[in-house]
Amino acid sequence: MTKPQAVSAVPQVGEKSFFTRLKANYRRHKSLYIICVPILLYYIIFKYLPMFGVVIAFQDFRPGLGFTGSPFVGLKYFVEFLTNPTASRTIRNTIVLNLYNLAFGFPAPIILALLLNEMRGSRYKKAIQTVSYLPHFISLVVVCGILKDFSASYGIFNDFTALFGREPEALLGNVDLYRGLYVGSGIWKNIGWGSILYLATLSGTDPNLYEAAVIDGAGRWKQLVHITIPTIVPITILQLIMRVGSMMSEGAEKTILLYSPLVYEKADIISSFVYRRGLQEANFSFGAAVGLFNSIINLCLLVGANWASKKATGESMW
Amino acid sequence: MIERRTISNVLFDWANALVLGVLGLVCLYPMLHVLFGSFSDPRLLISHTGLLLRPLGFITKGYEIVFNNPNIWSGYANTLFYVVVGTVLRMSMTMLGAYVLAQKDFMLRKVLMLMFVFTMYFGGGLIPDYLLITKLKMLNTRWAIIVPSLIATWNMIILRTAFSQVPASLEESARLDGAGDMTILFRIIAPTTKASIAVIIMYYAVGEWNSWFSAAIYLPARRDLYPLQLFLREILIANSMGGNTTANTSAGFTDADSVAALIEDVVRYCTIVVATVPILCVYPFVQKYFVKGVMMGSIKE
Repeated sequence: MTKPQAVSAVPQVGEKSFFTRLKANYRRHKSLYIICVPILLYYIIFKYLPMFGVVIAFQDFRPGLGFTGSPFVGLKYFVEFLTNPTASRTIRNTIVLNLYNLAFGFPAPIILALLLNEMRGSRYKKAIQTVSYLPHFISLVVVCGILKDFSASYGIFNDFTALFGREPEALLGNVDLYRGLYVGSGIWKNIGWGSILYLATLSGTDPNLYEAAVIDGAGRWKQLVHITIPTIVPITILQLIMRVGSMMSEGAEKTILLYSPLVYEKADIISSFVYRRGLQEANFSFGAAVGLFNSIINLCLLVGANWASKKATGESMW
Repeated sequence: MIERRTISNVLFDWANALVLGVLGLVCLYPMLHVLFGSFSDPRLLISHTGLLLRPLGFITKGYEIVFNNPNIWSGYANTLFYVVVGTVLRMSMTMLGAYVLAQKDFMLRKVLMLMFVFTMYFGGGLIPDYLLITKLKMLNTRWAIIVPSLIATWNMIILRTAFSQVPASLEESARLDGAGDMTILFRIIAPTTKASIAVIIMYYAVGEWNSWFSAAIYLPARRDLYPLQLFLREILIANSMGGNTTANTSAGFTDADSVAALIEDVVRYCTIVVATVPILCVYPFVQKYFVKGVMMGSIKE
């Protein structure tokens, strides 16, 4: 009945509309479109629906009333989060812990890779590599369990601090040591695995570069500074962007395994706070608000880091 | 790296070897400590200070206790289920997704890619995720562990890159022979990208073996569905705030009661060994994929 319209909707040959091309594409690759259905459903249900679920951050959500019936409260929970000192300290803790991680955890694998790269004697080198990759495969629960055992008052760490005359104490309960233990155990777990990327990049370096450098009289140090390090700079920058971009989202699981009320002061981070106050104590709206705050900061950090890197070095993720 | 045999070079080599050796030992020691501790006599263990370089005495009582713990067995069985079923389902979905995204002639490719990648950087968060699972009536079911994480977007993108490097001519000639998408995916593409697929399987399987958080959130009322890691958490973390055993150090350790009281430490070590051995068993087999796995993840889109 709308024939004329349909005809006019069909554009000139050679400049077909998007929908005409889509229709043709669909006819040609029907099976691809069918395969897409479960994938698309998965993303819509499990990734995009929860994004709309964040409306409860602006509501006084009651499960009985649902997403549509719960009263709207605006930014109440965001204000509560930012003004309550026990809540807002988690922002500071998240930032400080991640800066520690960035300062010590990020360069550690690079340094290991550089040291390994300087090494000849391939069997010894292989053995060290194999051993250093191992902790990556140990579960977080076990790593934290071992850390807890080692830092208990009867544990091995206290045997060493006793050599310097310190009284034994449960080290994980010491608020001043918590961050060091957190970051240190992270380095233990990831230093080897993290070094693979840099080592593999280094192994692709053109050997002629080194030969030429030697002919020019460059010593080992000069070769390191002028050839080896520039080789890994681009990949290092990309890794750094990714690291900064995921700064706010990391750490919930480990924090929940390691912390205790004794050290909340410095240990409690945003994500662990959401878990404890939002989920365990069932303050859904408050938890959702804090979580959304976290996600937005995270996204800003990622975009910011990428932008800065593009400006400074031309490297970027997109 | 090319160098002359000067004194400073030789000195550096030795220092470097030493530093790396110490580092290797630091990586290895905690695992050895746990292994030795698991066979040690708890009475000797508690009074021991410093590094543990061999088992102190030799008992297997700790392992007996671990193997008599029904939780360990049910945890093992559940974890096995999550790893096997989870990895099969995840691989199927991830491969299908990667296949579709690798088809250059598929018009929705770019839109879908954008839609999927966005979820890597932004999400609803813990609470909306939890409420969704509740709404879907998946809370306290096995599916809550598997279904919400069916596709790890990053893995799918890695696999897509591998798939799109398969020569188009292979696919075309198969299509001329009347092969459908499934045949092409599983008979042509999968065999040529075996190593990449192995890497993703490794990521999924190891990840699931080690995961505990989703179970902690989504299985609050079903201890019978707990994976091993969640029982481990109870044994290693929740029940031991550290320092509880020191109270006993001053008492005598001659009678059997104190062994029973002290053996908790040894049991913890045994539990770690029992839960970690399977991972260490597959370690040599997956080792050859490490470099490939890491390099695949470093490509930029």
